Amino acid sequence: MSAPKRSVCRVCILSAFCIATGTATVFSQGPGAAGPSEIDNVKKQMLQMEEQLRMLRQKVEELEAKPSTAPKPNLTQEKADGITEQRLRDLERQVQQERTASRGILAPFNPKISVNGLFSAAMFSEKDNLNFGDHDPQVQGFNVQNVELHLQGTVDPYFQVDTNIVTTIKKGETTIELEEMYGTSLALPANLQLVAGQYFTRFGRQNRQHPHQWDFVDQPVILNRIFGPDGLRGPGAQLSWLAPTPFYLEFIGSAQQGEGEIATSFLSKPGETVRGYTLIDRPVRKIGDLLYMPRVVTSFGLTDEVTVALGSSALFGPNASGTNNRTNVYGADLYVKWKPVNHSHGFPFVAWQTEYLFRDYQAGPDDVNGIPPSRPKDFGFYSQLLYGFTYRWVAGFRLNYVNSSGGDVAAPFLVTLAQRDLVGERWRLAPNVSFYPSEFSKFRLQYNLDFAASRGREAVHGVFLQAEFNIGEHGAHSF
Amino acid sequence: MTMRKAFIIVAMVAAGLLSAWTLPLYAKLNVVASTPDLGAIAREVAGSRVDVISLAKGTEDPHFVDAKPSFIRILNQADVLIEGGADLEVGWLPPLILNARNPKIQLGQAGRIIAADVVRLIEVPIGPIDRSLGDVHPFGNPHFTVDPMNGKLIARLLEEHFCVLASGECASFKDNRNKFEEKIDARMLEWQKKMAPLKGVRVISYHKSFSYFAERFGLRVVNTIEPKPGIPPSAAHVRNLVSQMRTEGVRLILMEPNRERKTPSFLAEETGAKIAMIPSMVGGTPEAQDYVGFFDSIIETLVASAGR
Repeated sequence: MSAPKRSVCRVCILSAFCIATGTATVFSQGPGAAGPSEIDNVKKQMLQMEEQLRMLRQKVEELEAKPSTAPKPNLTQEKADGITEQRLRDLERQVQQERTASRGILAPFNPKISVNGLFSAAMFSEKDNLNFGDHDPQVQGFNVQNVELHLQGTVDPYFQVDTNIVTTIKKGETTIELEEMYGTSLALPANLQLVAGQYFTRFGRQNRQHPHQWDFVDQPVILNRIFGPDGLRGPGAQLSWLAPTPFYLEFIGSAQQGEGEIATSFLSKPGETVRGYTLIDRPVRKIGDLLYMPRVVTSFGLTDEVTVALGSSALFGPNASGTNNRTNVYGADLYVKWKPVNHSHGFPFVAWQTEYLFRDYQAGPDDVNGIPPSRPKDFGFYSQLLYGFTYRWVAGFRLNYVNSSGGDVAAPFLVTLAQRDLVGERWRLAPNVSFYPSEFSKFRLQYNLDFAASRGREAVHGVFLQAEFNIGEHGAHSF
Repeated sequence: MTMRKAFIIVAMVAAGLLSAWTLPLYAKLNVVASTPDLGAIAREVAGSRVDVISLAKGTEDPHFVDAKPSFIRILNQADVLIEGGADLEVGWLPPLILNARNPKIQLGQAGRIIAADVVRLIEVPIGPIDRSLGDVHPFGNPHFTVDPMNGKLIARLLEEHFCVLASGECASFKDNRNKFEEKIDARMLEWQKKMAPLKGVRVISYHKSFSYFAERFGLRVVNTIEPKPGIPPSAAHVRNLVSQMRTEGVRLILMEPNRERKTPSFLAEETGAKIAMIPSMVGGTPEAQDYVGFFDSIIETLVASAGR
């Protein structure tokens, strides 16, 4: 390239740089300063600038492609060309960043916000069906299972916060609840992590999942029986430690306030019943009245394609069937997933998840009803298999089994069908098929076949068609 | 000197020599890359000075990697995390970083490297965007490592960060990076020569995985088999593709080996275009085990497919 042509080239590039700088000052006035018409003007200017940059780059490439008839350039000239090329690249990147920033005249500190709606149409063979989860399809006809507003954001260099506000509509009545709002530490020393706030207890695998993450339309029967219709959650703090082992091994301990209907097996709500015993008002008075959970979980790859996660959890806390009564819950969970190394969009895959729970409930005496003390026990498992057989399609099958023992002295006081349904043997078989038009929507068809001792082991059928829609930006879920 | 004292002195000297031999002269950096192409570039710059682990495999879909708990342990031990950025890993990497509890790889630290920061992204959407456009990347096309020139830019970025973290080895990193750039520049002449007959050739790709490669080497990507990112092809879209491919003389169908074969095979049969099965990441095929080999294998496959 001859010296005059290079000078012209440099002048053009510097001119473009000035235009870019001028445009940058518009954005430096800060978010919220630009109105809609100003934004349109800025976008037009950016498009013009991009076109100029494209022409400049084309010019540079044409000039570079021409064979040089000039004498061998000296080092200074080469260096100048390198600087010009670098400036051009820097300019292009600046335009690109400004364009991206203009799209988020969205303040950069906004949290990720998403809204997820989960709805279903349900048909039951019985007027009194066996779907007791608060976010299950509960009534014949259309159900609003769960509408979740999720916000996630970084607080500061130390914490991230997740918030879940959930609404449901039952018989025309809307309920809104704060499901979760907790902070998670980003990088504490000694491989520790702190979670504090209101959160789902990290017992097993399913309890901490939100309904839109579920692989089936309903809550597993054993979780409903032991943790109640809303799952187990509450305000508290959790500390976990990642062990310095060559494989993933984490120890978790948490202390929460085990009150309200979100802690069915513990302090729960005065006036409610558990296994026939009426609960009293028993507030937290001492540190021993909190709900404690230790958990250990490990995970490793059997092969590049098969991952195993194995965990064990326990819960120790007071219950309100007596002034000094305690409940212990023990659980084990297993998750195995096969996903080939040449998957596309995450398909195909096979995932098997099983959880077993056992509750030991120190009950009574119930002085109001004259029920002597007893130690009722409830136990059971669910085991589910999912097969993502082709992109966007997943077939699933879940087996639920629960049973009870002990506490027979309170059996005469299980006066309502709802109370009797929560005791004794139950089976539920649930095949389903799910179709995901995209990652942000799904349709699911599921059939439930229930056999319950409380229903004379007569088959109870349920058929459900579920739809999910998600908008906004939802953080990625854990494995 | 007694035999005992002599023995003790000899033993101490031997122990000292043995320790010096077994102890590394420098502490190796633990580098974790989200994808294997970033890992490959890291190896070029840092050589034996780093241990590199890539979380994703070259054969898998990088948008849908499982956030396995074992990755938490790996990230916990990392001195450096290299991610592509531009939302490529947004579906799986963030919860891993959160649970890794590693201050060295938090945003803004020398140990956190985002390759998209130094690359000119193309296909940045203009105008209003939302998910009716499919799983569109709002910051631009994140598959930028398929342009060897971007590999050079990333190498410079890695050198800068590695020099901060292991300043004693900086001269070595610079030397390696220079050699890597020289290797790329030299191979570029060969690659461009081989690709010269394909300049201007119209192609389609399954996903927008090869746009940077096409821009660099002069291929014209006229459409994709996915009508929108992440959306599988409908019958109507396939019919339109057949018509377009015939009208425009599309000669090649670019796709990764992990894609479904039915639609590309149908298109090939209907239009006479050839399927070029090429990796979009290092490790995506047995021949593509390092960054230079990655381009060697892509170009060899393209030239062979176009020649058939």
